[in-house]
Amino acid sequence: MTAMVRAEGVTKRFGPVEVLKGIDLTVAAGEVACLLGPSGSGKSTFLRCVNHLERIDGGQLSVDGELVGYRRQGDKLHELKAREVAVRRRDIGMVFQRFNLFPHLTALGNVTEAPVRVLRTPRERARAEAMRLLDRVGLAERADHYPSQLSGGQQQRVAIARALAMRPKLMLFDEPTSALDPELVGEVLDVMKGLAADGMTMVVVTHEMGFAREVADQVAFLDDGVVVEAGPPDEVLGRPRHERTRAFLDKVL
Amino acid sequence: MTTTEPPTVRVVPVRHYGRWLTALVVAGLAAMFLRALLTSPNLEPRTVAHYLFQDYVLDGVVTTLWLTLLAMLLGTAGGGLLAVLRLSDNPVLRGVSWTFIWVFRGTPLLVQIIFFGFLGALFPRITLTVPFTGTVLFDRPTSVVITGTVAAVLALSLNEMAYAAEVIRGGILAVDDGQTEAAAALGMGPTLTLRRVVLPQAMRVIIPPMGNETITMLKSTALVSIIAGRDLMTAVQSVYQNNYKVIPLLLVAAIWYLALVSLLSVGQWLIERRFGRGFARGGVR
Repeated sequence: MTAMVRAEGVTKRFGPVEVLKGIDLTVAAGEVACLLGPSGSGKSTFLRCVNHLERIDGGQLSVDGELVGYRRQGDKLHELKAREVAVRRRDIGMVFQRFNLFPHLTALGNVTEAPVRVLRTPRERARAEAMRLLDRVGLAERADHYPSQLSGGQQQRVAIARALAMRPKLMLFDEPTSALDPELVGEVLDVMKGLAADGMTMVVVTHEMGFAREVADQVAFLDDGVVVEAGPPDEVLGRPRHERTRAFLDKVL
Repeated sequence: MTTTEPPTVRVVPVRHYGRWLTALVVAGLAAMFLRALLTSPNLEPRTVAHYLFQDYVLDGVVTTLWLTLLAMLLGTAGGGLLAVLRLSDNPVLRGVSWTFIWVFRGTPLLVQIIFFGFLGALFPRITLTVPFTGTVLFDRPTSVVITGTVAAVLALSLNEMAYAAEVIRGGILAVDDGQTEAAAALGMGPTLTLRRVVLPQAMRVIIPPMGNETITMLKSTALVSIIAGRDLMTAVQSVYQNNYKVIPLLLVAAIWYLALVSLLSVGQWLIERRFGRGFARGGVR
């Protein structure tokens, strides 16, 4: 299997604080990887590095064989221009904790915006595709609603449809259910399970242990800027080898 | 479970005695003021009515309107550019924008208007040459090129650019970072993100103060009367300098300004409603 995401010794600092201290992680194509860990462990920061929302300070990070944010020429790395970074991000979908839907556009407008403006998909085709995606997340009849008229769970499902509209080869989820009322978590997780079943490569930062256990192919436990242990969910969640993992799992389970 | 009839009660809302009292006081004061006004021999309602629709007054109104419109158009366009420069990654462009705003916001509009009116005293001729060749493309006396009207438009719009820049910058900064990130994650470049995601949301924040700016501009055009700008104020001034009916003619101007500002307020309300779409309060679809 080819690696979709490969991180080797990735470091990142915000001023004096080193948030990532050398992350090693490989996510194969078609795999679902869940990143777990206490807050401040660097899991969200790492996820944001994968599509260059944060610039890494050291190590190597590649998506589908291409370095993130840089172009290799001989033995030199050239930083990519904003426009080139934008082109690479087209293939990577991202879902945020706070949804970040465009409030001035309807659900349908949110989903068609990037295909029409970035990929220059003809409007009619983009609409048809968007309606198919909204139907898939169970919101076809809400297509004309503005985000403020939707519940949190519905907004997050629109956000997933919006990301899928770019036909990404990799989906990043940054705590997608953390801002939701408890009774709305299930509908979002169901959509994500469906995606996983269809073979989408997914990296999910989450606190949903049940989801990780059921859906993940790989679970990585992060603490203090490093991957403490990674492996199949049965092992990491069932028989953790490290004391830090055990301590964390005792608190959340 | 048994249901019992709730006892019938009468709800007595809070009585607003204070409102009746203030209404009485205000009505009394208004009546006294009106009486003083109408019995004054110098108000001359007939004179006001006579001059209100005179041709040169109407010409002044038209000039005031297009001065306002032109200055606001140029001011907003330039202000948008300055705001983007001010937020750019390029430190040189940031500095240029900052300096422009510093100068034009830091000196009185009246000074700027007079300055542009007397530009010829600083640069007697305006000459355009191709650098290092001596080929002259354009050469005229400044007083011919910068007429009173041109000076008025220049001063008003350059001044407005500085203020509009700050208003627009504030609007852009008010848009949540998550919006820019979401657009970036979808592969949208910086320009597309600004145009399609940030500006439409910034408009909600920008429009109320820009409405304010337009109203202020309409009234500020009166200042160009100092360099003979042919606006409404210049028109009434030239009349009362001849017939000394200062108060009635100032009333003529005041009535026109008030009427125009009222119209602008209605326009502002309509535009605000348009850009409030999708937001909970005032969310008209």
